[in-house]
Amino acid sequence: MKRLLWLSVILALGMGLLVGCKQATPAPTEAPQPQVEEKATEAPQEQPTEAPQAKEIVLTIGFTESKTGRLNVSSGRQAKGLRLWIKHINEAGGIKLSDGTVVKFQEASYDDESSKDRVQELYTKLITEDNADFLISPYSSGLTAAAAVIAEQYEKVMITTGAASDSIYKQGYMHVFQIYTPASRYLTGAIDMLKEADPNLKKVAFVYEQAKFSTAVVEAAKAYAEEQGYEVVLFEGYPSDTTDFGPFINKIVESGAEAVLGGGHFQDGSTFARQLYEKQAPVKAVVLLVAPPEPDFAELGEAAFGIIGPSQWEPQVQYTPDAAKELGIDWYGPSNEEFIKAYEAEYNEEPSYHSAGGYAAGIILEYAIKKADSVDPQKVKEALEATDVLTFFGRIKFDTTEEAHGLQIGHEMVYIQWQKDDQGNLVKQVVWPKEGATAELIYPLPR
Amino acid sequence: MDMGFLFASLIDGLLLGFVFGVAAIGLTLIFGVMEVINLAHGPVIALGMFGLYFAVTLLGLHPYAGTLLTAVGGLFLGILIYAIAVHRVIGAPHLSSLLATYSINMMIIGIGTALLTTSPRNIEFSLGSMTLGTATIPVTRIVAALASLLAAVALYLFMQYTRWGKFIRAVTDNRDAAELVGIPSTKVLALSFGLGTMLAAFSGALIATLFPFTILEGGKYELKSFVISVLGGLGNPMGALIGGIIIGLIEGLVPVFLPTTWVLVVEFVLFVLILLIRPTGLFGGRAQ
Repeated sequence: MKRLLWLSVILALGMGLLVGCKQATPAPTEAPQPQVEEKATEAPQEQPTEAPQAKEIVLTIGFTESKTGRLNVSSGRQAKGLRLWIKHINEAGGIKLSDGTVVKFQEASYDDESSKDRVQELYTKLITEDNADFLISPYSSGLTAAAAVIAEQYEKVMITTGAASDSIYKQGYMHVFQIYTPASRYLTGAIDMLKEADPNLKKVAFVYEQAKFSTAVVEAAKAYAEEQGYEVVLFEGYPSDTTDFGPFINKIVESGAEAVLGGGHFQDGSTFARQLYEKQAPVKAVVLLVAPPEPDFAELGEAAFGIIGPSQWEPQVQYTPDAAKELGIDWYGPSNEEFIKAYEAEYNEEPSYHSAGGYAAGIILEYAIKKADSVDPQKVKEALEATDVLTFFGRIKFDTTEEAHGLQIGHEMVYIQWQKDDQGNLVKQVVWPKEGATAELIYPLPR
Repeated sequence: MDMGFLFASLIDGLLLGFVFGVAAIGLTLIFGVMEVINLAHGPVIALGMFGLYFAVTLLGLHPYAGTLLTAVGGLFLGILIYAIAVHRVIGAPHLSSLLATYSINMMIIGIGTALLTTSPRNIEFSLGSMTLGTATIPVTRIVAALASLLAAVALYLFMQYTRWGKFIRAVTDNRDAAELVGIPSTKVLALSFGLGTMLAAFSGALIATLFPFTILEGGKYELKSFVISVLGGLGNPMGALIGGIIIGLIEGLVPVFLPTTWVLVVEFVLFVLILLIRPTGLFGGRAQ
């Protein structure tokens, strides 16, 4: 009898834990933003047509932000970037269409608690209750995949940022457009970089978060590494809520790996980096996803030194109108310096690539509306499909084939490494690609 | 098989095992004395983590001083939980005490999530690393293991040699008889619940010196505590310590041969086997 009791208690607890992981108790969410002005859409106005300059419409940009939960750091920055764009475009007087219509923007947003289940509910709400005109994705591939289903169902254009996984764009969706370099090209540059740094390096280990994005990245990188003649001595995933990386680090040491690639998101990645340092794992290079480019990563102190990470954008990158001219494409939006200055003035912190991605999502929507010269979703969608533009964030061009509609094909990654300046302070340096590098790669890791 | 790898893995597991053991002692002690399965054990462990977090960030205490303070806080919290939810279900059917402690669990999780959110926290604290043969071990892990061992020994001495410790053992053996000789059984029960909660909070604080955590983190360790309690014999505190060490060693050993995600599978297979084959646990259960 007692055995039965214990068994049932433990089963119930196990189930509870699973449910608990999936869905945190809902924290109070933010109420829909107050409507700034009476919402008017592209529908005919009762205004007389001879006064077109008086017509101003306010479009609602719907998105969710992970204010709580494990994605809060990166997601918060993404939302800050996006909000800054909304502020800028409204302050600049909105987008002026040729018929004299002035388009301004307002946000409708909620806290998705880093939970997929919440995302679907909230995007439905954004579309049906808040009447969002255009959508921006949540942060992370997992959440975006969930949101994309809803966007497509309601045929709403969604610009995705912070969502690199390729698979989202291979479901036949026609309304979802990706800003980020896709996962399949995330770590391939790191392999090239290692090859150049050390032709003798042979053994690499992949230790990665078992999540949509990181799995897609490492699978593509593993195939590429093997193609390049590397021996993959360890290929193992860890659950998203892992806090003890000891067993993985012991395996890395045992496998004789010379370089470790992997990670997943910010929290697990920084914990992984810290424990690699604490356990003095004798590896020559560590390349982790997402966490290293975040300015907060420097809080790890010595453990951050030498860690490499792929980044969608860095403050040091230089995309210029001249470069656009050379490529024969448009330049649009602020320069890198202008964006950084405005962001720092607004939030008193350095922007990360997530911040830049949030801002860039807004810029691309703005560019498409301008090109379409309309706020009609169908026309904006067509303008997005025709987009090939250089911005401070890099080149943006979407795949328009049926197999991978909306996949990003213009944008490229850069690789950063935490190094030290003359005063011994940790600083981020771009180390790859060579033409954009701001410092030499430190190799091997001094441990 | 590289022996160095095996050794490094076993040491890692062993050190964590002591901490798991102390968490489980808290659970098993409460069950042993009053036959209550404390489903609020996990959240209390998480509160221990946050107790230390606030002791360090708000009060500016050294993490180990904070750990002691958190443990004292845990004692009072336990007595409070006993008074509010547990006292009236002592002796009632198991379902009552399960529901009562589960309600406490839900309250802590609910309020904790609302106030603290589920965002991960981290205590910035490091004592460097030590090399032992092939294993490089962060010193914080060694300290956590030693502190756990010390707590277990202190509990043993308390139970064996102090007046209140003897009271607890007397009430465990036979509450009616203990009352007949004038032992204040209600106070003894409250103290026992407090001690169990104290150990949970203490282990939570130690874990917080090693890993990042959220308010939901306790669930993981609660589940381990149940497995360990059953392994070591229900109601047998010293069995729980050894059970903890065994689970720790399994956690070290399994990743050597299998993908690391198999650890939980192996632990629960063991749990079911123990219940089927030797329900009193490896070291004998509560003396009836």
